[in-house]
Amino acid sequence: MVEHRPWLTFLTHAILLLGCLIIAFPIYTTFVASTHSLETITSFFPFLPGRHLIENYQQALTVGSGEVGATVGSMMLNSLIMALGIAIGKISISLLSAFAIVYFRFRFRMFFFWMIFITLMLPVEVRILPTHKVVADLNMLDSYSGLIFPLIASATATFLFRQFFMTVPDELCEAHRIDGGGPMRFFFDILLPMSRTSIAALFVILFIYGWNQYLWPLLVTGDESYYTLLIGIKRMLDVGEGQADWHIIMASTMLAMVPPVLVVIFMQKQFVRGMTETEK
Amino acid sequence: MADVSLRDIYKSFGQNEVIHGISCDIHDGEFIVILGPSGCGKSTVLRMIAGLEVITQGDIAINGKVVNQLEPADRDIAMVFQNYALYPHMTVFKNMAYGLKIRRMPKAEIEERVQRAARILELTEFLDRKPRQLSGGQRQRVAMGRCIVREPKVFLFDEPLSNLDAKLRVQMRLELRNLHETLGITSVYVTHDQVEAMTLGDRLIIMENGYVEQIGSPLEVYERPATIFVAGFIGSPAMNFFEGRASRDGQSLELSGSGSLPVYPHLEPDFCDKAVVVGVRPEHFSLAPEGDGTIKMQVDHLETLGADTLVHGKSGEESSLFTLRLPDIHNYKKGSSLFLSVSPERLHLFDKQSGKRIGD
Repeated sequence: MVEHRPWLTFLTHAILLLGCLIIAFPIYTTFVASTHSLETITSFFPFLPGRHLIENYQQALTVGSGEVGATVGSMMLNSLIMALGIAIGKISISLLSAFAIVYFRFRFRMFFFWMIFITLMLPVEVRILPTHKVVADLNMLDSYSGLIFPLIASATATFLFRQFFMTVPDELCEAHRIDGGGPMRFFFDILLPMSRTSIAALFVILFIYGWNQYLWPLLVTGDESYYTLLIGIKRMLDVGEGQADWHIIMASTMLAMVPPVLVVIFMQKQFVRGMTETEK
Repeated sequence: MADVSLRDIYKSFGQNEVIHGISCDIHDGEFIVILGPSGCGKSTVLRMIAGLEVITQGDIAINGKVVNQLEPADRDIAMVFQNYALYPHMTVFKNMAYGLKIRRMPKAEIEERVQRAARILELTEFLDRKPRQLSGGQRQRVAMGRCIVREPKVFLFDEPLSNLDAKLRVQMRLELRNLHETLGITSVYVTHDQVEAMTLGDRLIIMENGYVEQIGSPLEVYERPATIFVAGFIGSPAMNFFEGRASRDGQSLELSGSGSLPVYPHLEPDFCDKAVVVGVRPEHFSLAPEGDGTIKMQVDHLETLGADTLVHGKSGEESSLFTLRLPDIHNYKKGSSLFLSVSPERLHLFDKQSGKRIGD
């Protein structure tokens, strides 16, 4: 719609600005809180950033808060490993299973297809007890594999790639056969480069999904050295009768926001392209 | 350089038989066109030669060696697809080089072959571009380049020109013909376009419903169609058909609704006094004075094409429209009568029951 009415322009901008403010205000408050000393925040909440920025962040990254026993730095590393593991694992496994389902005629193909489909109805929360039992029996509690593997299977991503592969013309596969390439070669040389924009888009979504995992890491990690940042922040709040280190918690929260934001910023172009463009 | 022979090929998809026995010998260096309407099985035949479809029954041999069990890559063929099937993320150079790279050919030789193919196809300046930056005709040439660099024994073309616009199609047709003359590689070309078939092919295989109707040179097919189907399919505007009956002595034909036509040479006794279908091409009628041995036409409408005029009309109240093609521009009123004669050797006679050609 293209309309040229001044008050309409004003109204639309006003609404947009209001929206931005509503979203930005809590983040701003968090930021402000992370730059003051604990006494300042707990007595009278300030509206302008204070002078303890570097000090607070340094403490969070290197010392941590209260009884948690892990620094934000190490927890961020754990979160990063988990998020990357989940994103990369999900993408690789979905690509391969979609490839199998679309390009191979094997026995029980549809059966496996529906099996994958059914897992859509079984998110982590539903299957949490059996999954925990399996992970515990495999001695994977308190390990990166325990954090990552149970979250890797993804019906959604498999479907996304299946849809994409089905739009790739059959002739491409046939031309490749005539050119003399085998199936895996077709996968790596043709399909993978062709789906790179979808992969990028999915990576952004899955990285954030992995980074924001809370329930599962909470269950499988008992050892502080495997705490992810989100668990860490929750633990910082569990101080019972004592006083939570709000300035450190707020600094940790700000830090927790950084990697997903960076991923979005750096992959924005591919992300948008992956969502809109189909290159064939 | 190779000949290809198809020996009694059958193809079934499940219970459904789609190719009912095809035999044909394609000679070394020949350009064979498989022609037929959509769904007649022509692409299936090509795909069986390529090895993309399993052969249900029969043998396909390339250079005398049965290739039924060989993978497409091992048959030494190359194929151009209707939608080009270029790898979208690779440059023109890489598209052409890919097949050679898989075959582990030395880099220098790949470079040389691709450059040579690009020169033949005038693609040299586009080697660094991606397929989507090229026009339809250029993409088609890249697809051909990908085949040429392989230096295969047989080229297979699956309706390669049907995605191009009319003008480009004419141009590419010519280029294809020239390319074939330069390289002399045995080619099998599938199309539903009779003009392409007539201009490109050394011989045509005309198919309908999974059967071969006729195999012959373009002129043979035009001048002596073996069946009613071929007669109606080749030629534009299509051949006119009249139902009639051969006289007892085999010297003339009684057409229903209009007089009789003389036949020469006289019909074999087997066909005397039998129901036949008479085919006459629109361009083979000539105007004649009213009299014996003519067909009367009541003009219905005209199509003036400039060089020719197509006159559509009926021979009687019940008959269906038929077409007459006259050189130059004519102007007949609707409802006026014309009398047409056909020289006896221009008549095509078909057995009404089997649809097969009668006489020579």
